[in-house]
Amino acid sequence: MTDVGNMQVGAVGSAQVTARPKIQVVPLKGLPIVAAVVVFVIASIAGNWLWALTFCHVVGGALWTAIDLFVGLVVGPILGRLSLQARAEFTARFMPKMVLLMPTLVLMTLAAGFQLALQLGNLSTASPNHGWLVASYCVVGVMAVIALGVLEPANIAVLFEMRKPEPDGAVIATLMRRFVLTAGVTGVMQVATLIIMTRVATQ
Amino acid sequence: MTAGPAAAPSPAISRRFPPVAELTTVSLGLVVVGGILMASYAPRRPPLGGPAVLAAAAAVLLLTGGWLAARLRPFAWDRFFLVFRWALLAYVISAGMIAFAFVKDHTRGAPLGLVLAMLVIFALDVPFIIAFTVARYTAPTGHAGPLPDLSQRA
Repeated sequence: MTDVGNMQVGAVGSAQVTARPKIQVVPLKGLPIVAAVVVFVIASIAGNWLWALTFCHVVGGALWTAIDLFVGLVVGPILGRLSLQARAEFTARFMPKMVLLMPTLVLMTLAAGFQLALQLGNLSTASPNHGWLVASYCVVGVMAVIALGVLEPANIAVLFEMRKPEPDGAVIATLMRRFVLTAGVTGVMQVATLIIMTRVATQ
Repeated sequence: MTAGPAAAPSPAISRRFPPVAELTTVSLGLVVVGGILMASYAPRRPPLGGPAVLAAAAAVLLLTGGWLAARLRPFAWDRFFLVFRWALLAYVISAGMIAFAFVKDHTRGAPLGLVLAMLVIFALDVPFIIAFTVARYTAPTGHAGPLPDLSQRA
């Protein structure tokens, strides 16, 4: 197995050399950005800084919802129809970014959102938004269990499988099916989040 | 890349395990439900009975999953711990941030204790599921020959 730039070239059994991207499970270059976002969210909460809390919640939520919908309903079905080789190529470049991006967006959205709701009085049972917020907790709760219990483990297991000198295509296919299915479910649940959040914003 | 449409079932796929990931995912679900119950009362003091029962059940499931996993031989424990410790670091930071928000919002006493207990379970559940999922598809170091079905022994 030889490194050629950021690609590996290796023989699979007696088959012809196949170019595979070199996998980095956690892209280290992205860690400073994640750290900066986390520090910004903590500072926003600590200072009860309304603009920053709104920024973190709206930007984080918009990106989270849009990416979930796009991956679940557009990329996922396309990915499911690609050849194993093409799927592997795409996965090798796509998944490491998701490993950093999605947990950061989720953390940013939820932490800022809870603090924002507290500050605006939406958490009070007297608020007309209270019921909607509890509904949003339930939707987010279901998404969290799916994302953290099924989707993310599958994502990381795929990356580890692809780092092996001879990745097992059946393992990757099984885990990717799980990824695509759960991404679809969370994508659909994001529609419920959009309905709830637009209700909250307009009451 | 190995395996194709006509290939025999992959040994890594066909190898069966006790329901470690499933139990831990249910544990995670119970902690999330407990968290939702408590958050739905914020900023008032929530009743603690329901969330405490859920947290206890989640802890039991997590421990059961850990106990079932600890009996697995052969198993890629080196890979399991490699993934577990890095994922643990990430989720301790996540849980720490949530704890910070509760402390900042003046949650004190028993409710804070229960929230912290739930966050500890949460911070263990997720790395455990991730590490187990990665390790179950990894060949154990130094093991030669076919891998046994582990679903019955446990």
